Amino acid sequence: MRGRATLHAWLMLGPAMVLLVAFTHYPVVATFWHSLFSTPRGARPARFVGLENYDVLAADPIFWQALTNNLIYALGTVPLSIALALVMALWVNGRIAGKAALRVAYFTPTVLPMIAVANLWLFFYTPDYGLVDRLTQLLLGWGATNWLGSRETALGAMMVVAVWKEAGFFMIFYLAALQAIPPVLYEAAAVEGASRWEVFRRVTLPLLGPTTLFIAVNALINGFRLVDHIIVMTRGGPDNATALLLTYIYEVGFRFWDTSQASALTMVLLLLLMLIALAQFTFLGRRTHYR
Amino acid sequence: MMHAAAVPPRLRVGLWLETLGAWTLAIAWVAPLLYAIWAAIHPTGYAARFDLLAPLTLDNFTAAWNAAPFPRYMLNSLLLVTFVTGSQFVLGTLAAFVFARSTSRWTGLLFALVLVQLMIMPDMLIIENYRTMRALGLVDTVVGIGLPYVASAFGIFLLRQTFKQVPRELEEAARVEGCSTFGILWRVYVPLARPTYLAYGLTSVAYHWNNFLWPLVITNTVETRPLTVGLAVFASTDQGVDWAIISAATLLTSAPLLLAFLLFQRQFVQSFMRAGIR
Repeated sequence: MRGRATLHAWLMLGPAMVLLVAFTHYPVVATFWHSLFSTPRGARPARFVGLENYDVLAADPIFWQALTNNLIYALGTVPLSIALALVMALWVNGRIAGKAALRVAYFTPTVLPMIAVANLWLFFYTPDYGLVDRLTQLLLGWGATNWLGSRETALGAMMVVAVWKEAGFFMIFYLAALQAIPPVLYEAAAVEGASRWEVFRRVTLPLLGPTTLFIAVNALINGFRLVDHIIVMTRGGPDNATALLLTYIYEVGFRFWDTSQASALTMVLLLLLMLIALAQFTFLGRRTHYR
Repeated sequence: MMHAAAVPPRLRVGLWLETLGAWTLAIAWVAPLLYAIWAAIHPTGYAARFDLLAPLTLDNFTAAWNAAPFPRYMLNSLLLVTFVTGSQFVLGTLAAFVFARSTSRWTGLLFALVLVQLMIMPDMLIIENYRTMRALGLVDTVVGIGLPYVASAFGIFLLRQTFKQVPRELEEAARVEGCSTFGILWRVYVPLARPTYLAYGLTSVAYHWNNFLWPLVITNTVETRPLTVGLAVFASTDQGVDWAIISAATLLTSAPLLLAFLLFQRQFVQSFMRAGIR
């Protein structure tokens, strides 16, 4: 009886575990392994080169630029999306007229494909007659700006699109957390005569702590994953100003077909993600959401 | 937020300002979509000219529909999300059941292995997964696009959380009635997890309908490309900058999900919240 239950358990776990190992765990190990070999070209097979691919990487200015860009991109979009998501959730959960419509509006970008979104924003950013330029001209009197074509603005423009895309999704998590706060707490605060700001700071915000951390981790991962619009809108340009790790991996791996170099690049990305995971487990402990 | 009966004037100004802010943000958030609709239903010349009396037309949609194999792309996307979400449900349910009910240390360890995928997603392992697909002969197939995502840590995790809340008594009662393990899973656990299936299913469908980078890498023919890749190919090569037609194509690509979302948005948001994703 006991043996059969165990057999059942393994049979039920089997398919999921095999596929998970094949497409998540094995590739991590294989990436490391292949990053130690040269890329096979034509008749020349791959040969062991030790850490040479990493040496090449360290000497590659585009890699350093992509890494810096990616850190700016991640650290810039994370706090912005979190703050916006929180404000949205408070509004949608509050007393404002037309809450249901607001919720739909905020959430809409989440269901649009990033690639479709990229096409629309491409037009918004068009110099002179794009909507962004028209607005800045109308409100601030600025001239035509080549938002996607100049090094100074391109990465910022990409970050705006990313924040616009994901803030509404994170709003849902905040909304769920807000609605789980017992009304008794607000009543108690009202009895104490606390101001709205005090209630927010002392009751709402602390109770949203675990949600904020959960969202922060997800937003951070998105900061390394959400690159579809960059591939379509700027292809990492101009002059690598919007190159991120994943777009560079794509370029090196599938445009130059230098898979070993791309493997070394992937290792850097994986290392960053492992650091995030480690930080998450040390600072949060497991209990907040992996219960 | 507060449940005050009478609102003092100072707060009323505050509320008014908040309403203004909330609606400004909302308009900014739907502006790209509204613009796409504007550009798509007017002749090309009006793409950058906002004239309320501009003539309406559906020509852009027909032009886009005929300019690229969109029906085929749509079929590919449909096949893809059906395959991925369907398999995720089956595999996720089976695995989550074991993880929710087993107390063995081994399953605890395996579950930790599953959680790794929450952090390191197949999206980032395109180089090695491409190699694997080539070895399996699955490059440029719909199965090849979906397979890396079929075992989903997020799905297993969510379903496990839900299954854990099912009272043991229900399971024991079913067992007394002569239910097998699969019977218990099918008759007790699965029905109770319906909100989770809905929330997760919708997220998964949206994710894979919209996914781009991996499908771009693994497909190279019209017969397998999903809509997103098809749209990117269409917008980059065929059209130059005919915004009206690109907007129409963009809307065609987003329409199925957008409509589904608008129709079911209340259930969508609520099932999300009820599933306890937080």
